[in-house]
Amino acid sequence: MSSSVLYDVPGPRTRLRFRVYGVVSVIGIAALLAFVVYKFNDTGQFQAGLWDDYEYSNTQQRIVDGLLTTLKTFALAALFSLALGAVLASGRLSDHRPVRVVSSLVVEFFRAMPLLIMIFLLYYAIFTTSPMWAVVIGLTLYNGSVQAEIFRAGIKAVSKGQSEAGYAIGLRKTQLMVHVLIPQAVRSMLPSIISQLVVTLKDTSLGFIILFHELLFVGKSFAEQTPPVGGVYAFIPMVIVFGSIYIVMCLTLSSLATWIERRTRRSKKGTPPPLDTPATLMADPGHTVEFEPRDGRPEDPKAL
Amino acid sequence: MNVLLDNFAAFREGFWGTVELTGLSTLLALVLGTLIAAFRVSPVPALRIFGATWVTLLRNTPLVLLFLVVTLGLPALGLKGWDSFWLAVMALGCYTSAFICEAVRSGINTVPVGQAEAARSVGMTFTQTLGNVVLPQAVRTAIPPIGSLIIALAKNSAIASGFNVVELGSVMKTLNSAAGYNIYVIFFWIALCYLIITFAVSGLFRLLEHKLAVPR
Repeated sequence: MSSSVLYDVPGPRTRLRFRVYGVVSVIGIAALLAFVVYKFNDTGQFQAGLWDDYEYSNTQQRIVDGLLTTLKTFALAALFSLALGAVLASGRLSDHRPVRVVSSLVVEFFRAMPLLIMIFLLYYAIFTTSPMWAVVIGLTLYNGSVQAEIFRAGIKAVSKGQSEAGYAIGLRKTQLMVHVLIPQAVRSMLPSIISQLVVTLKDTSLGFIILFHELLFVGKSFAEQTPPVGGVYAFIPMVIVFGSIYIVMCLTLSSLATWIERRTRRSKKGTPPPLDTPATLMADPGHTVEFEPRDGRPEDPKAL
Repeated sequence: MNVLLDNFAAFREGFWGTVELTGLSTLLALVLGTLIAAFRVSPVPALRIFGATWVTLLRNTPLVLLFLVVTLGLPALGLKGWDSFWLAVMALGCYTSAFICEAVRSGINTVPVGQAEAARSVGMTFTQTLGNVVLPQAVRTAIPPIGSLIIALAKNSAIASGFNVVELGSVMKTLNSAAGYNIYVIFFWIALCYLIITFAVSGLFRLLEHKLAVPR
């Protein structure tokens, strides 16, 4: 704590004051939790009977099926979006103006559209019978555009001397890309790419709205369609089971990103500094982020 | 063109629905996000843990699941009678607050420690240091990411159409089921509405950035 911007190392009196604040806030948080628990108990959310459904192997099978569907959708969307991202990024880095303009337009358009609206369009217009492909293609178009921006920013972040040196020894553009720029860029991009994959994983749940039978859809049907016990729907078990599945999946992926970032930071073999892009900053809806690697700003490793 | 003119009322209602939803959730997200960021940088461990848990849970939950938690959870808490619009505001606001918190916090963390040390060494109090030295610098760093978060929020608000809120996404659904219109034409107009909103937000933030810019 001593290196905090906000306060000095506390003295004895301040430490006492902090301890008082600590006690007060613990009481506050405990009171909040107690209120929630009391209310849930009051409305009968804690009845043991609500968990009965989850004991049937039939039910468990449905959860596994839902999980597999989600993972399959995610795998397809991740694969396609990386491929599309590569194509669009090389389009944006092209030497030919028309190619650049077209791929910029595509990237900007799909990044600006709400993903759900894209999925609606695909579902109603093309994939009326297979919601999975509507979700996969929607995710691919959106995340592919975001990945393209990440790739482009990564390539641009490699220092200019590298490409100048490559051209000087007579490499062609393709050779330069393959042998010089991409190997260096991939290291700095990996955390951003994986963060965007976490977003892709979370967004597979949008299929829920077009009644695609993925994990969350299964969860909702448990919470609402199973006969209520004592007039109460099994809401808490649903949140505990399905929420934790999602959180575990996303945390696994994003801790992979953090691990890779820490590794690249440690090895000093001439790697460019990790991109300080909003996508690494927050593993979110990365969405319309402008990628300008900001210079010279001390990066906080804990920001992830 | 017919689609827009025939259903102008529906489009207007949907457009304002999205704008209101975005505006109110942004307000909630900013207030909550700043509060949680304050928790996360506070010297009190209990608050720091609370803030970290809040951020970790919300960042790794799909927004749709959060919508479900809010729509099913609040009645279970005995808080009935909220209409779906306010439930959507709550879900969107809480979800975005986790990201706003991280933006604000990393804004604060990028202020060099020397700045605050210098302020303290000339005898400024905690409030003065925070208000005159740290926050003005932190805000400038935090504004661009917050802008893109709000654009993301505007786009995410389409999810509310799955939860009985009237906004652009639900206009698209109802017009599609009212047969006779070409889905691509409907999409064109809906897309245009979203572009207006996102361009307005990014323009606003660019303006703000220009206003606050100082040579550093």
